[in-house]
Amino acid sequence: MKKTMKKPSERKQHLLNWLENGDPSLEMEMEDALSEKEAPELEEEDTLEREERDDPRLLAPSRLEKHPVYEKWYRVAAMIVCALLIGILLYAAVKMPKFGGAAHLLESEVSEFYVEHTMEETGAVNIITGIILDYRGFDTLGESHVLFIGMCTVLLLLSIKGEKDQERQLQLEAYDRHFEPRHDEILQSCARILCPLILVFGVYIIANGHLSPGGGFSGGAILGGGIILYQMAFGYLPTEKFFTFRTFKVVSVVSLLFYSCAKGYHFFTGANHLESGIEPGIVGNILSAGLLLPLNCVVGLVVTCTMYALYTMFRKGDF
Amino acid sequence: MKMEIWQNIPLFLIVLPLMLAVICSVLPAKAARGLMTGAVSVFCCALGVLLFLIFRNGESYIYPMGEIGAPFGNELRIGIIEGLMGFAFALVILFSILGGWQKLTKDVAVQRRNLYASMVFLLFSAMMAMTYTNDLFTAYVFIEIATIAACALICSSNKGRTLFAATRYMIMNLLGSGLFLLGLSILYCLTGHLLFPQLESAIRAMLETGEYQIPLALCCVLMTLGIAVKGALYPFHTWLPNAYSSATPTSSALLSSLISKMYIFLLIKIFFRAAGAEVFAHGGIGDILFIFSIVGIILGSVDAIREHNLSRMVAYSSVSQIGYIFLGISLGSEAGMAAALFHILAHSAAKSMLFLSSSKLREVSGGSAAFRDIRGSGLRAPLAGVAFGIGACSLVGIPFLGGFSSKIFLAQAGMATQDWKAVVVLLTLAVSTVLNVAYMLRTTMTLYRPGERFALEVSPIAKDTPFRMAMGALIVINILLGVCGGQVMELIQKGIAIFN
Repeated sequence: MKKTMKKPSERKQHLLNWLENGDPSLEMEMEDALSEKEAPELEEEDTLEREERDDPRLLAPSRLEKHPVYEKWYRVAAMIVCALLIGILLYAAVKMPKFGGAAHLLESEVSEFYVEHTMEETGAVNIITGIILDYRGFDTLGESHVLFIGMCTVLLLLSIKGEKDQERQLQLEAYDRHFEPRHDEILQSCARILCPLILVFGVYIIANGHLSPGGGFSGGAILGGGIILYQMAFGYLPTEKFFTFRTFKVVSVVSLLFYSCAKGYHFFTGANHLESGIEPGIVGNILSAGLLLPLNCVVGLVVTCTMYALYTMFRKGDF
Repeated sequence: MKMEIWQNIPLFLIVLPLMLAVICSVLPAKAARGLMTGAVSVFCCALGVLLFLIFRNGESYIYPMGEIGAPFGNELRIGIIEGLMGFAFALVILFSILGGWQKLTKDVAVQRRNLYASMVFLLFSAMMAMTYTNDLFTAYVFIEIATIAACALICSSNKGRTLFAATRYMIMNLLGSGLFLLGLSILYCLTGHLLFPQLESAIRAMLETGEYQIPLALCCVLMTLGIAVKGALYPFHTWLPNAYSSATPTSSALLSSLISKMYIFLLIKIFFRAAGAEVFAHGGIGDILFIFSIVGIILGSVDAIREHNLSRMVAYSSVSQIGYIFLGISLGSEAGMAAALFHILAHSAAKSMLFLSSSKLREVSGGSAAFRDIRGSGLRAPLAGVAFGIGACSLVGIPFLGGFSSKIFLAQAGMATQDWKAVVVLLTLAVSTVLNVAYMLRTTMTLYRPGERFALEVSPIAKDTPFRMAMGALIVINILLGVCGGQVMELIQKGIAIFN
C-alpha cells in the first residue's frame, strides 16, 4: 500500500474494499468450488453485507464518540480511572506482607516441601526445573502449548502461500534485501564468531537444565536467537540448508507430541499409583532426573523453532 | 485411594485434544475436518459416560496430576457439576462445528482450515482443564490458551472487519487476563497456595486474624473484574458485538456459548470453592456484581432493540443474557448459583442455535443481515427459521423451553433472599422479558414477513445435512431443558451439595 497522494474518496474506497474482501491475493486463493455449487447466487456482490457497509457505526466511531466534548471527557475520565487504579494498587502493595519477611512464603509448607524433597524425588539439582516439569508439570504442559498456539495464530494470520521454486525464492530474497541490506562485513564477521558460541551455549543451558539454572525455555530462546542472528547475517538461502518450514513442522510436532505423551504417561501412572519405571538416577549426573532431561530438550526445540518461525513469519510471511 | 479406570477420562480428555491439535496442524484440510468431527463426537460420548458414572457414584473425586498430590502438585476435581458443564460445553462444540461447517468452508481459506481444527482442539482442551481444575494457576494457563484460540477463531476468516474485531477482542481480553493474573499473584503472595481447598482455609484464617484485609479485598476485586471483562459483563462488553457478529458462525457460536461461559464457571468455582460462600456474601463484591448485572440485563436489551442487523442483535442479546448469569452468582446463595448454572446451560443451547441459524438465514438473503433484507427468509430456509424462532422463544422465556425454566429458578433464588434484592430481581425479570419480546419476537416475525426484494423468490438451498443434525439436536435440547427443567435442577442441586 503506497502512501502517495490519494484522494480521500479513493482512500476510503480502498479501505472499504479491504474491509469487505480482505487481502485480494488471499481471496483469490479461497476455494470457491463450494460456493459456486451450493450457495444461492443472489447478486451476492451488490447486496453483500450492504447494511453493514452503509452503517457508519460499524466502521467509524459513532457521532457521540466523535464529538469533541465527549472525546475530551472520555480522556479525562480514562486518566482518572488509571490514576485511581494505580493508587489503589500501590496502597495495597504497601499493605502486603514484606517480601522475604518472616511471615512470608519462606514459612509456607509448600516451599519447604519443595526445598527439602525436590532433589531426592525428582533427581533435579535445580529445584525450579523439578517444580515446573514435575510437581507442576501440568501447568508447563499448558504453557508449552501456548507457544504452539501463538505460532498457529501467526500462521493463520500472516501466512502467504508462496510457490516454492527457486526463482520465487530469489525474488523474495532480493525484495527482502531491499529493505535491509545484507552482506554487511562487520555483521558477518561477528556472526561467524558468535553464532557457534551462542548455539553451544544454548545447548548447554538446555542439557544442564536440571543441574544448573536454565532449562528448555531459556535455552530454546538462546538457540532461536542464534539462528536468527545467522539468518540476519547470511540470508535465507544458507539458513534454509538446515532449517526449512518442513524442519520446523517436523521438529515442533514431534517434540510436542513427545511432551504430551510423556506427561500423560507420568500423570496416568502417578494418579493410579502404578510403577512408572522412571528413576531419578544419580543426582548430579547429566543423565539423571528421569524424564526431566528429555522434557527440557523437547521444550528447548519447540521454543527454538517458534522463535525462528515467528521471526520469519513477521519478516517474510513465509519460510 | 485406588482409581477406577473410568476416573481417568478427564486426564485423557485434556491431553488427547492437545495432541490432536498438534497433529491437525500438519494434516490436510479434509483430514483435519474428519478428525475434528470424529474426535469431538467421541469425546462427547466419553463425557456423557463420565457424567453418568459420577452420578451413579454420587460423590466427587480428586484426580492428582502426578504422584504427589495437593498441595504440592496439581490436581483435578470432578463432581456432578463439573461433569455436567463439561458435557454441555462439549456438545456445544460438536454442534457448532456441524452447524457452521458449510459456511466455514467459504469463510476460511483451505490452507487455514487445518489450523482452525487445531484451534478447536486447543479450545476443547482448555475448556476441559478449566472446568475440572482445582488449581488457580492451571486455570490461568488455560485461560491464556482459550484467549488466543478465541482470537484465532475470530480472525480466521481474515477480512478487514474480523481483524478489527479480533484486535479489539485481544486487547480487552488480555486486559482481563492481566487483571486476573495480578489478583492471582497477590493471592499467592498472601497465602502461599494455589489450590482451592488450601486457599479456602488460608483465606478463612486470614479473615479470623484480620490480617491483610486490603490486599485480600483487592485480589478478589481484580479477579472478579478480570473475569467480568472476559465474560462481557455490561460495562465491559464493548468487544463483544463486533467479535460475535463478524466471525464465521462456528466461531460466533463457540464464543458466545462456550468461551465466555467457561470463564464464568471458573469464577463460580473461585467464589464458592476458593473464597468460600460466606466470605463472598459478606464482602461487597456480591452487591456490586448485582448492580452491574441488573444494569447489563436492561441496557443490553435496549442496545439489542436499537440494532437493525440480525447478527448484531443476537450478539447484543448475549450481553443481556450474561447479565442473568452474573445476577444468579451475585445473590451468593446456593439457589442463585444453581440458577446461574442452569442459565449457562439454557443460554448455551439457545444462543448457539441462534447464531448458527442466523447465518443460514443470512445466506438465503443474499449475504445481508439487515432486517429489511432478511424478510421472508424463514420461508426460504424453513429449518433455520424454526430453529431461530425456538431459540428466540427460549430466550424470551416461553414455557416448555429452557429460558423459561431458568427465569423461574432465578426468580425463586431472588425471592429467597428476602430483602430489597427480591423486589429488584423480580422487577428486572419482568422488564427484561418485555424487552426480550420486543426484539426477539419482532425479529422472528420479520423472518416470516413477505419482503420486497425476495418476495416470491424461493432460492435453492444447498443440502446441508450436518446443519440439519445440529439444529435438530439443539431444538431437542432446548425443549428438554424446558420440559425436564426440574430434573436438571435436581441434578445441579445434587452437584452443589458435593461441590465443596
